[in-house]
Amino acid sequence: MKPAPFAYHAPRTLAEAIEVLGALGHDGKILAGGQSLIPMLSMRLAAPAHLIDINAVAGLNEIAVTPEAVRVGATVRHRALERSPQAYAVLPLLRQALVNVAHPAIRNRGTTVGSIAHADAAGEMPAVAALTGAVMEVAGPGGPREISAADFFTGPLETTLAPEEILTAVRFSRFPEGTLTGFLESARRSGDYAMAGVGVAVTVKQGSIVAARASFVSVTDIPDVLDLTPVLADVSAQDLPTRWDDLRGAVREHVSPESDIHASADYRRMLAGELTCRVVTQVMTR
Amino acid sequence: MTTKLFGAPIARREDPRLVTGNGRYLDDLGHTAYEAAFVRSPHAHARIVDIDVTDALETPGLIGIWSHEDLGGAVGEPLPLLIPHPALTHPRTGYALAAGEVNHVGEAIALVVAEDRYAAEDAVARIRVDYDFLTPVVGLEKARAATDLVHAEVPGNVAANLRQEVGDVDAAMAAAPNRLRLDLTIERSACMPMEGKGVYAKWDSDAEHLTLWSSTQTATGVRAAVAARLGLPLAKVDCIAPDVGGGFGVKIMHPWPEEVLIPWAARLLGHDVKWTEDRREHFISSSHERGQLQEVEVGFDDDGRVLALDVKFWHDNGAFTPYGIIVPIITATQLLGPYKPGAYRVEFWSLYTNTVLVTPYRGAGRPQGCFAMERTMDAIADHLGIDRAEVRGRNFIQPAEMPYDHGLMFQDGRPLKYDSGDFPASLAKLKELVGWEDFATYREQAAAQGRRVGLGIGCYVEGTGVGPYEGAHVVIETSGRVNVATGLTTQGQGHQTVFAQIVADELGVPLESIHVTTGDTRRMPYAVGTFASRAAVMSGNAIALAAQAARAKALKIAADALEVSADDLEIVDGRVRVKGAPDTGMSIGMTAVLSNPLRYAFDDAAQAATQFAGTFDPDKPPVGDDEEPGLEGRDFYSPTQATFANGMHAAIVETDPVTAEITILRYCVIHDCGMMINPMIVEGQVHGGVAQGVGGALYERMVYDESGQLLNASFMDFLMPYATEVPHVETDHLETPSPLNPLGIKGAGEAGCIPVTAVIASAIEDAEGFPITSMPISPVELWELRQRHERGELPSLHRRADEATAKEQQ
Amino acid sequence: MTAEHSNLAAAQGGATVIPVAVIVNGVTRGATVPARRLLSDFLRHDLRLTGTHVGCEHGVCGACTVLLDGEPVRSCLMFAVQAAGREVTTVEGCGTLAELGPVQQAFADCHGLQCGFCTPGFVTTITAYLRENPTPTEAEAREAISGNLCRCTGYQNIVKSVLRAADLIGEQS
Repeated sequence: MKPAPFAYHAPRTLAEAIEVLGALGHDGKILAGGQSLIPMLSMRLAAPAHLIDINAVAGLNEIAVTPEAVRVGATVRHRALERSPQAYAVLPLLRQALVNVAHPAIRNRGTTVGSIAHADAAGEMPAVAALTGAVMEVAGPGGPREISAADFFTGPLETTLAPEEILTAVRFSRFPEGTLTGFLESARRSGDYAMAGVGVAVTVKQGSIVAARASFVSVTDIPDVLDLTPVLADVSAQDLPTRWDDLRGAVREHVSPESDIHASADYRRMLAGELTCRVVTQVMTR
Repeated sequence: MTTKLFGAPIARREDPRLVTGNGRYLDDLGHTAYEAAFVRSPHAHARIVDIDVTDALETPGLIGIWSHEDLGGAVGEPLPLLIPHPALTHPRTGYALAAGEVNHVGEAIALVVAEDRYAAEDAVARIRVDYDFLTPVVGLEKARAATDLVHAEVPGNVAANLRQEVGDVDAAMAAAPNRLRLDLTIERSACMPMEGKGVYAKWDSDAEHLTLWSSTQTATGVRAAVAARLGLPLAKVDCIAPDVGGGFGVKIMHPWPEEVLIPWAARLLGHDVKWTEDRREHFISSSHERGQLQEVEVGFDDDGRVLALDVKFWHDNGAFTPYGIIVPIITATQLLGPYKPGAYRVEFWSLYTNTVLVTPYRGAGRPQGCFAMERTMDAIADHLGIDRAEVRGRNFIQPAEMPYDHGLMFQDGRPLKYDSGDFPASLAKLKELVGWEDFATYREQAAAQGRRVGLGIGCYVEGTGVGPYEGAHVVIETSGRVNVATGLTTQGQGHQTVFAQIVADELGVPLESIHVTTGDTRRMPYAVGTFASRAAVMSGNAIALAAQAARAKALKIAADALEVSADDLEIVDGRVRVKGAPDTGMSIGMTAVLSNPLRYAFDDAAQAATQFAGTFDPDKPPVGDDEEPGLEGRDFYSPTQATFANGMHAAIVETDPVTAEITILRYCVIHDCGMMINPMIVEGQVHGGVAQGVGGALYERMVYDESGQLLNASFMDFLMPYATEVPHVETDHLETPSPLNPLGIKGAGEAGCIPVTAVIASAIEDAEGFPITSMPISPVELWELRQRHERGELPSLHRRADEATAKEQQ
Repeated sequence: MTAEHSNLAAAQGGATVIPVAVIVNGVTRGATVPARRLLSDFLRHDLRLTGTHVGCEHGVCGACTVLLDGEPVRSCLMFAVQAAGREVTTVEGCGTLAELGPVQQAFADCHGLQCGFCTPGFVTTITAYLRENPTPTEAEAREAISGNLCRCTGYQNIVKSVLRAADLIGEQS
């Protein structure tokens, strides 16, 4: 299991990176953390002629907290974001989700933005991007542009990012005051891809839910958002169980899991509903 | 006396090397060797029409490409059938490189050698093979149906059919007041050592000598097989097992195609060649085990005593049978565990499928047999409403009945005769450890919290330390250094420590002076290998005998020199001395000096040993007629039969009422392997076995699709447990000595994994209230069983139905 | 940075060969390697530091774990060229035969290894972990090693080794 030969490019500036990628188009592949890409190269499931390593590109390794968002650059490691006290203070969902991403040694190298660009429906961070209504910052030969999460994911491993474009940062939008978040998933082994997972953001006023949204892992084609407000509106922590059937029903309706060797579609659908009930309980009783 | 080391939990002597990165595993050798990769079949069953290497020839760094027709001689003949058996009527073995037909995904078709592995894989990717597709036979159901055949000339896909019967099963069954039938299935898994296989070969064209390193469990076996294939005298071939990163059975199989081809290529090219198996290769081209369909019919009296046991099973042996039918034979015999059925009949069919071949994996057929027997015991208990432990106790062979002859033939062709064991004592210990009697209360408490828990139990007996023999060579140098060599190999069992412990006691020398070599045919050419939990029993006793021989010689030399009787001497801390007069004596190194009269005085010790040193009797030759120079002992241990270790496990599991996720809350082990040389190491073996058992019960399986593709050939999808999936293991030991060998020991290597699948199934069944008959089991499978149970397609356990009725009546 | 990036014409030909210098266990070590050379192979075969083991080459088993600027990473999921100029610590940098490091000593004390093949990855992982959490509970110790596979020990004694190493490091400081 050794990668096929490739030409290696290590641009130092974003402009250079765009220039190289523009010249190569489909022949080039961006290398950031490489934790998904390199196994595919070693198994020769992918053999791009050129790798453009953006790890040395200046300015991509920053986490910035603004009044509206947490902005994460393309080479920020999962682990750095997970550990950032500033990011955690304003958007705890990031850490809540990130601790579920594989194992620390993978998170030390893998990048959050890279996992979003990879758009694996079994990935945690695409779901978080969806749930936070994140904004994708994209650079390309035509100049920079922004794509909302809702417009970014188009299918499993598919996005609206053009081959000559680079996802340079993701701005995870902060939730309104009074929003509680949680993330829960079930995997066969610790650190494995989840059979199902769910992140929730629940806005509470005076002990009652006023808004609730969820986004799922491994059970939807593309990471998108389920508005649970109609199901959970006006409920308090202690009355939550009265909504379980409706909540499970809403989730079952929303998700479209597929069967694989680890779990059937039916099981995943059940699991998504149950995990949603459990994470909402966690959030409301924390 | 020196402190006795046998039985002491001393720290391992191999560890400082291994923890600092100073181990030398196969791929740590041969940095300048050429490296090999293989074109392997992507199809499960096909005829090879054409192999086109044109594109590959341009690959930078390529040295050569070979397919079957290039091989010639014995290298091109079918690989050997290692263990023939009269019942194996249709044995089939593969070729080093496929000869016209491939029979499983992963079968080697072409060998590529290049300057490094990267280049070799580049060339592999450029070789095009055309196939004519044949219908693959995947899974035991398809094999049994035999609509299609794996090997055209093997009718019914049946490699072997064997039946053994003790007593009159039909009569006993007919007379039994109670009868039950169970279908019990186990899926495929694999050893999956952290280090794959690997071969490194060095051909010395000056000496015309081949030195071969293999990550193997048998250096002597590989040496002999390779010498035969390459047409070399045995004296011109040596094989060394370097540090080996785990084996668990897969590396006892030999010769693997690569073990023949890599030395062949090295000789052909006049250059070192190395092959390091990668993980995908290990999944699709080494071996698997465990897959069996089993049907049990049992007749029993109203007390739960088994009057008749009738077992039929179908064993998936994969595409070839180079290792014979050892695995199903072991299932057939070891299924009986600690029990004595009134009459027993077992019949198996070993079937070909277009999948990776099957050879023993730790436990080697026992986990399947234990699953069959223990599920049966649980079913009897449930049928009669008797406590599960009680039913087992009623069927136990009692200590007074030892040795106990089952009247069957074991895997070594010898009688299945238990040497010792105290099963009632083991069971009592287990019940105490797990809190058997208190569990009902715990279950009620858990239920009150909405939690679902279950208690499971499983017992086994394991034939260990099978022959035919192992040997040992002990050499004492003039410095007092003791070199010990035994031929079998080491894959982490701590042989350098435990064998040194034995020698230290036998010789009376400090542990630090003892140096143990295993798996090196240059040092001990006669050996069998490390499998069947046999190393401690076989090499341990051989080493004790060899050390005793060296000791006797040392005492004789010292006795002559000191002019005392050897009976009056003892060896303490490396010094031979007169009992009661410890100042009178000499170092054991000095006896080595005296053992070897020299001509040349190259150092001080040698000077003391020259022909002209000291006084001598001019009428006697320097080396007597019945003597040899040097202080050495060499001996072999060859027992008449296996020793039988045993153990009993219990587990408490929790199942999530909604998601059906399964958590092991407690795991308890009672283990009896006779006298323990090093209890720390025995305990480690038990821990590791249990973890592999947990993998086999809840996580690991080989998932083939209908076309014979292995769908989970990676560590991403073949779910070996991490630390977070393995429970804390609680252990206690019994030491019932084996009467069969001087050290009183039995094997311990495989024990831990044997009953785990049975125990976990028992516990899940107890938690859920319906029978569990197929393992491994995943949350989704348990969830689906619950649905079938709710729909009335699965019966409730009697004890749950009874409880429900009782509740309704209240 | 060692790799050229602008000479596309040269790169089109296939494998780029690049001189790579890495600070390994405190010493700058270099070799000229193709860009595709995995860091694991670079350490093992170019530098001949064979303590780092390769168990799966797809990032799951953890045997190849090394510390990159002090943080554990899978050396099979990085190219050597990406480590240029960085500090890499392998198991050989965690202690020597003459003086075992505390984690290594703990493994020897607790029978934390059998075949030893996975051990280097555990040693590096635990070394980094104990810097972050010098006094783990048993549950934390178990979690800390949950990204590394071992097929021999059932992890029981590795968990003990983590706790023992924490004690040994505590005694030293």
